[in-house]
Amino acid sequence: MRSGFAPSRTLLLACAAPAAAFFAAFWLLPVARLIALPAHQGWATYFAVLSHGRYLQSLLQTLGLSIVVTLATLVLGALVGITLARQRFAGRRLLLSLLTLPLSFPGVIVGFFMILLGGRQGLVADLSAHLGGERITFAYGLTGLFLAYLYFSLPRAITTYTAAAEAMDAQLEEAARSLGASRWRVARDVWMPELAPTTLACGAIVFATAMGAFGTAFTLASKFEVLPITIYNEFTNYANFSLAASLSIALGLITWLVLWLARRVGGKEAF
Amino acid sequence: MSTPRNARQAPWLLIALTTLVAFFMLAPIALSVMTGLVVNYSKGLASGLTTRWLAEVWQLYGGTVASSLWIALLCVVGNLLLGVPCAYALARSPSRAARWFEELLTLPVAVPGLASALALILAYGTLSGFRQSFAFILVGHMVFTLPFMVRTVGAAFRKGELRALEEAARSLGASFAQRFLGVLVPAVLPAIVAGSLMVFTLSVGEFNLTWMLHTPLTRTLPVGLADSYASMRIEIGSAYTLVFLIVILPVLWGLQAIGALIEKHHGT
Repeated sequence: MRSGFAPSRTLLLACAAPAAAFFAAFWLLPVARLIALPAHQGWATYFAVLSHGRYLQSLLQTLGLSIVVTLATLVLGALVGITLARQRFAGRRLLLSLLTLPLSFPGVIVGFFMILLGGRQGLVADLSAHLGGERITFAYGLTGLFLAYLYFSLPRAITTYTAAAEAMDAQLEEAARSLGASRWRVARDVWMPELAPTTLACGAIVFATAMGAFGTAFTLASKFEVLPITIYNEFTNYANFSLAASLSIALGLITWLVLWLARRVGGKEAF
Repeated sequence: MSTPRNARQAPWLLIALTTLVAFFMLAPIALSVMTGLVVNYSKGLASGLTTRWLAEVWQLYGGTVASSLWIALLCVVGNLLLGVPCAYALARSPSRAARWFEELLTLPVAVPGLASALALILAYGTLSGFRQSFAFILVGHMVFTLPFMVRTVGAAFRKGELRALEEAARSLGASFAQRFLGVLVPAVLPAIVAGSLMVFTLSVGEFNLTWMLHTPLTRTLPVGLADSYASMRIEIGSAYTLVFLIVILPVLWGLQAIGALIEKHHGT
């Protein structure tokens, strides 16, 4: 098939064995138990997320928020990413590397940032009071949550689109332009098809991250309840383990399915 | 690559949007750094600068910085020992089972951390010696970061010329250990370093798993951050955020330097 040489099966198995044993002990088996847990309280527990109004509402809110955040991130990320890829200015490299910084922030920091911007002692509250209005706060509601999710999603989209736009074939665009295509037509017929795989892969990751984000909503103590917070409350405050397990399975299935579909359709780029 | 391919000016609307987004991303960082260093946040810069809050953070939460750094370091070491041989096996195995295993190994990234943490607690929560030690958090971090190491290093192992190199070493009579440590590992070193820095960054910033896995005696930096945001004055939360930035920045610069190094070595 490839070259004639291949390490023996035994050798490969021995190489993979430590990782496999570790992974089985600390993820596969625990997760298998988690999946079996709701069965103790009857099969209906698995569908609690659909059958209980409160959980269903939490799921739908999380889905809605994640979808809107994903769309907003993709649109903004693409526009900013492409602009940064083409515009040459002093400090461009520095700006790009500063923009990747938030990728390594835990969600709690992003939540705190929103409190600094839109909390009771926040920048916007101070500014609006200064201008003679009342103190505007938005951190603890849907707006704060949306902006926070946008904050931790944008760096990934911006860096991905910048890299993709820099790697694009410039000739296609030159050709289109020399044939008299307008700016909008170039965007529609050249850019969009070229960037479609990037968009799919990036969108799937942003969506999955938003669905599972816990730290941000936790810090904001948001009035808008998302599923990870519901799971946390069931587990910690009500010690309802089966229900927390059932909701976790639902959340895990959705995120995994979206990532899997993206990889199926888009190929290797998605994680 | 460095020649500007298209020097055309972007529409001003795009420039304005980019500026606005950059401001939205960077202003909170600047605001937080400033808040951590001023005497009184509500009076602003006029109240003067101080390191008092940093000192207070160090006194209250200094231990979490060391724990986080230790966990991240051990996480890297553990993932090197487990992940690099595993990446090699997956890169060289043509079998279907290997593809399946790789798929499974990636699941902890797709499944929300909260679910993985719950699973760990339900399975091992009763082993109190383990539950109450940092090892419990370490194990969670390793499970979550292992796929990043395996994928990054595996991609490097899959390169065609490396296979030929390995075969040449073998035909010259090198044992597997000699081949692996003498030929293969040096050849994929940039990927190993990049993977390690990635794992380190992920571990230092991990919160979703860690918040569930921690105990009052086993707290990491992000756990301490969440605690300070909830119960301390805004200056202390900001100063603590500044400490996080100081810890994480060198790693990020290292990552970028490695990226540049790889680009230089392999051409563009």
